[in-house]
Amino acid sequence: MLLAYSAPELWSIFVMQGFSGLSLFSVLLLMALGLAIIFGQMGVVNLAHGEFMALGAYTVYLCSQLVQNHAPALQPYYFVIAIFVAFVAAGLTGLLVEWSLIRFLYKRPLDTLLATWGLSLIMQQAFRSTFGAREVTPTLPGWLMGSFKPTPSIDIPINGVFVMGLTLLLTFGVWLFMYRSRIGLHMRATVQNRTMSGAVGINTRLVDRFTFSLGCAIAGVAGAAFTTIGSTGPDSGSRYIVDTFLVVVFGGTASLLGTIASAFGIAQGQSITEFFLEGTMGKVAILLTIVIVLMLRPKGLFPSKVRSA
Amino acid sequence: MKTAPALNQKLPRKPSTIAAALAACLLAASLGASDFSNTRVNTTGLAITEDTVTVGQLHSATGTMAISETGSIEAEQLAIEQINAMGGVLGRKIKIIVEDGASDWPTFAEKAKKLLESDHVAAVFGCWTSASRKAVLPVFEKDNGMLYYPTFYEGLEQSKNVIYTGQEATQQIIAGLDWIAKEKKAKTFFLIGSDYIWPRTSNKIARKHIENVLKGTVVGEEYYALGSTSFGSLINKIKLKKPDVVYAIIVGGSNVAFYKQLKAAGITSDKQTLLTISTTEDEVLGIGGENLVGFYSAMKYFQSLGNPNNEAFVKAFKAKYGEKAVIGDVTQAAYLGPWLWKATVEKCGSFDIDKVAAASSGVEFKGAPEGYVRVHESNHHLWSKLRIGQWEANGQAKVLYESELIEPNPFPKGYQ
Repeated sequence: MLLAYSAPELWSIFVMQGFSGLSLFSVLLLMALGLAIIFGQMGVVNLAHGEFMALGAYTVYLCSQLVQNHAPALQPYYFVIAIFVAFVAAGLTGLLVEWSLIRFLYKRPLDTLLATWGLSLIMQQAFRSTFGAREVTPTLPGWLMGSFKPTPSIDIPINGVFVMGLTLLLTFGVWLFMYRSRIGLHMRATVQNRTMSGAVGINTRLVDRFTFSLGCAIAGVAGAAFTTIGSTGPDSGSRYIVDTFLVVVFGGTASLLGTIASAFGIAQGQSITEFFLEGTMGKVAILLTIVIVLMLRPKGLFPSKVRSA
Repeated sequence: MKTAPALNQKLPRKPSTIAAALAACLLAASLGASDFSNTRVNTTGLAITEDTVTVGQLHSATGTMAISETGSIEAEQLAIEQINAMGGVLGRKIKIIVEDGASDWPTFAEKAKKLLESDHVAAVFGCWTSASRKAVLPVFEKDNGMLYYPTFYEGLEQSKNVIYTGQEATQQIIAGLDWIAKEKKAKTFFLIGSDYIWPRTSNKIARKHIENVLKGTVVGEEYYALGSTSFGSLINKIKLKKPDVVYAIIVGGSNVAFYKQLKAAGITSDKQTLLTISTTEDEVLGIGGENLVGFYSAMKYFQSLGNPNNEAFVKAFKAKYGEKAVIGDVTQAAYLGPWLWKATVEKCGSFDIDKVAAASSGVEFKGAPEGYVRVHESNHHLWSKLRIGQWEANGQAKVLYESELIEPNPFPKGYQ
């Protein structure tokens, strides 16, 4: 199919195709980061993770409505603040959920599955009752729309660049936090050996609560970023959740590097197969590949070496 | 969601009821009108008393489809309210039993069964997706109910027990393609759809028409899973193939992602012609008019239609549901349901399902917001016009073209 085109045409398609793969990569990574912390570090299967993303997205929508009605002058800048608000809102909700629900279930992983699924239904209905069944989109500042044109035939979408930048920033932040800060050290210690960590004076309960809340807060940011790409409805979360788990499980549950590699692999694979096959078949091809890889490497691409009970 | 049990299954025993019935008969006789007493208009035990008739409403008020079905629920209730204000149907006020199909097809079937078997409703206004209609169809045929179905759909269906108030595929597709081929000298088409029965069947009809009648070429045909939000690869292919027309049948949440990404990738209406049959004012509300400016939709109805019927309809709708409410194609088609049913019942002078089904053929409704409509002589679909609207930044469409009344043809020869 490519023979009929001139070299510059092919080059610009190559660039844009590469970019669309990268952009999907950052979306997947952003979705999976929070879950990689909660599922990967704590072993909690949080089926309500998608709803925390939706919560972030709805927070941005609320901010957008507030700004539109009360301070139109802030319109161009509100989005950056809204992302912080989404971070805090989802984090606080996560804190509440951990305190009221999750902490009773750490020793019963299968019950966590049911409880968080129930939570996701409750949250969906809460969104529906509050915001209505229709999908909503916040008004985005003008600078986020449109495209950047390095040559006349190449269009790089600005919202894609924005999501990518945000993902890089967040991933770097999470890495810094987990591997270069004291509390990150506590987190990793708790994961590796809870009893021992307790014995050396780490408050493991507090660490759990903090870890869960951080994962949720990151999900909130992911949701906020997705408002630049798609719309938000009460059941948006359930659309994200499958891809999210796919990335985390494929990557190997306990490693940040695994999550990144997995998101990259899935995104590029999907983007390329979509280009040469078509949407649905691309997805089929990529899912088949994942199934085969997981059969050969049941613990994912980068399994952790130390597992705690 | 319960109403009083059907009173008509036994003959009225209370003296007061008999007296009332007598009085009603006397009144009717004295006015020289025909006798619309229950024994004559309701011989099969439907939930009808001397002054009320109960109908059912079966849409998704919750779940994924609530986004789309809410408009239909509102429009049907508005129509029923207006009919009641005019005195009802055969002198009876309409009462509604509202059931929620909850976007779940087995639930639709179960609720349809409840409405027909225990509530004995005289008609049901409902369903939206083809999947929900297919789920309730056997129930309606077995229990002999009457369904008014509002959505434009893929065709290939016809039932004694269903009146289809939306357009079937050929009505919506063929005239639209003819227009764009003539207007834009279009020869190459890129077909895109969400991956389920309606887009696939519609694109099949579109492809046949493009290849056999318009003598054009289809340079691509692609489907994306429902709810898909990454269209980067697809957009690159559109850029590579440079079709004269992108023909899009994307539904639900994917819509927003698709149009936003098109715009971000620099595919706008000044460079690319795009025609869709799946985007109404309802969807545009979510997508944002600014992302669609200049693209075309082929529909039988647009909120901006400038006729007196429509102006009155839009005014009444906004008065009831708020100034910000928008009305899409299906919402208008749903509004037709109760009115067509009223006209049919009055035409045959009976609520009996068999009589209503038979009398439906040829029933007209002159007050339709889309303009005159008529039920087809034999296939229970509507004769209707097709219009092409061009989207503006405010989320409304400018109507550029209006066809003649098009005959519904749910089983098109040569298109299957």
